[in-house]
Amino acid sequence: MCFYFLFFSCSSDNENDGYTPVALDLEIPEIFSSNIIPPVIPNDNTQTVEGVALGKRLFFDQILSGDQTMACASCHSPQNAFTDDTPTSVGIDGVFGTRNSMPLFNLAWNYNERFAWDGKELSLERQALEPVENPIEMHSDWEDVVDRLQNHPEYPEFFQQAFNTSTITKELAAKAIAQFERTLISANSKFDRYSLGQTTLTPQELNGLDVFLREDKGDCFHCHGNPNNPLWTDNDFHNNGLDATFTDLGLGSVTGDPNDNGKFRSPSLRNLAYTSPFMHDGRFATLDEVIDFYSEGLQNSPTIDPLMKNIAQGGVQLSAQDKADLKAFLLSLSDPSFLTNPDFQN
Amino acid sequence: MKKIFALLFISLCLVSCSDDDATNTIIQTNTTFNFSHNFDGTSVTNVDFNTIQFTNENGEMISIERLRYLISDVTFTTTSNEVLELDNYNLVDVTNNNNLSFELGSQIPSGNYSNVSFTFGFDNTDNAENYLDLNSASFNVPAMLGGGYHYMQFDGKYLDNSNMEANFNYHAIRAVDNPGMDPTFPQDTFFTVNLGAVTITNDATFNIEMNIAEWFRNPNTWDLNQLNTVLMPNSAAQIQMFQNGQSVFTLGSVSQ
Repeated sequence: MCFYFLFFSCSSDNENDGYTPVALDLEIPEIFSSNIIPPVIPNDNTQTVEGVALGKRLFFDQILSGDQTMACASCHSPQNAFTDDTPTSVGIDGVFGTRNSMPLFNLAWNYNERFAWDGKELSLERQALEPVENPIEMHSDWEDVVDRLQNHPEYPEFFQQAFNTSTITKELAAKAIAQFERTLISANSKFDRYSLGQTTLTPQELNGLDVFLREDKGDCFHCHGNPNNPLWTDNDFHNNGLDATFTDLGLGSVTGDPNDNGKFRSPSLRNLAYTSPFMHDGRFATLDEVIDFYSEGLQNSPTIDPLMKNIAQGGVQLSAQDKADLKAFLLSLSDPSFLTNPDFQN
Repeated sequence: MKKIFALLFISLCLVSCSDDDATNTIIQTNTTFNFSHNFDGTSVTNVDFNTIQFTNENGEMISIERLRYLISDVTFTTTSNEVLELDNYNLVDVTNNNNLSFELGSQIPSGNYSNVSFTFGFDNTDNAENYLDLNSASFNVPAMLGGGYHYMQFDGKYLDNSNMEANFNYHAIRAVDNPGMDPTFPQDTFFTVNLGAVTITNDATFNIEMNIAEWFRNPNTWDLNQLNTVLMPNSAAQIQMFQNGQSVFTLGSVSQ
């Protein structure tokens, strides 16, 4: 009798479940699996083939914006490693925001799950909700978006396949977008291949790595990773000495703690060849400007990170040769295959 | 892993001994290390960070902005000199209030122990291994800088001789000279912290205290105007950290 009920129950559930999404494991690059802990996949939003496909469709679809002229990809273009090429990004009303669009890759390895420059988004799913209603971004309304999706000839079926329901909600849309974003993995740079023993670096690139690592030179690695932390970021928040006074409080505006004023998330140094301009406000147009800033341009302030050295002298005082070598090394972290991966194109 | 087998073997021996001794019943206990921090008796938590409010031995006012350190290989030595060494480690992250309580992960037989100890940092064998969690926490030391892992990252600010705020990075690692292709290691700079004799009768919590002020004195009075940043490649500074570290930890109490 017991077995009968078990079989009966299973059979009943299967009939009601309808389509079962196909589980999709992230393809974890060897350079990650051999050095860092696994990515963060929330239990309530595991990856599926259908969820990722839906997320990709939504990511590139202008249907999310108020006047249906802008998609996530408008500010997060695959050709720019999922950022754009302007200091700050323009929304549907022609208004520019105050922050540089962050590139999107290796997001599942942000272990603290604090996203955006100021850490205000506490998960990828929550982050995906925000731009839609932001008045200087997509300037839309989730109720309207959900109505448009619900009345779309294809989306209800896509949601049915991804989440086993054709009743669309903003939360499910955000889950799908987050699933797609977690597939954006970049780990095929020249330096990755060097680390795997598949290629060599030039003497200039090797010296640039030395400059990057050495405490008495660049000392970049404490915040920006190293060959054993190939994310090339600590995903933590630092005041790196951009300003003596703050017009943008960064993390401080989120936590309310004055000790966090002027702190912003360390961006990954991967794909710098495609992600200019740089810094949270896009103030530096070139990588040379960034290196010059760390060498001679630091500004002191009460919350400046103690890891910033020689502040009184403006920075770490690199020679012209070391600057050039550092730049060469940094560019070796760029991954051209990430830009052309067909899975990431519209 | 090898040490786990050693632990199991010794545990079995101890249990066997207890079978022979009908008067003492040995039980397996769960043991936890709790880490607390003070500056010459004034309690320090991350709430106290970012404010210049502590005075070191050399008279410099300092703040603490980041403090995390590694302990490993918790070891119990019985009164008959049997050694139970746990092949474990814990990154105590005071900044983010993480891992201040460390469950040792293996059960410890009750009984009298002549010493309980742990290693500050990693011994050289452990330091040569690859720890994905510590890499992910950006706690490793790149191979070109000597390799292995930080033993401690202690960052803050001090008022310099001109009464201006300046930064310090008191980073303890394995002392190294000529880092790079052909490094030499002048002296080990991990050290054993002995907590003393303990009788374990039940599940136990060791309350271990770090007096942060000790990093700046005894035997070396630390002058932050001289030794503030770029200390990782300074093997002499690393050896002074090692020397000063000997008196940093004490066992406050054991509750069980």
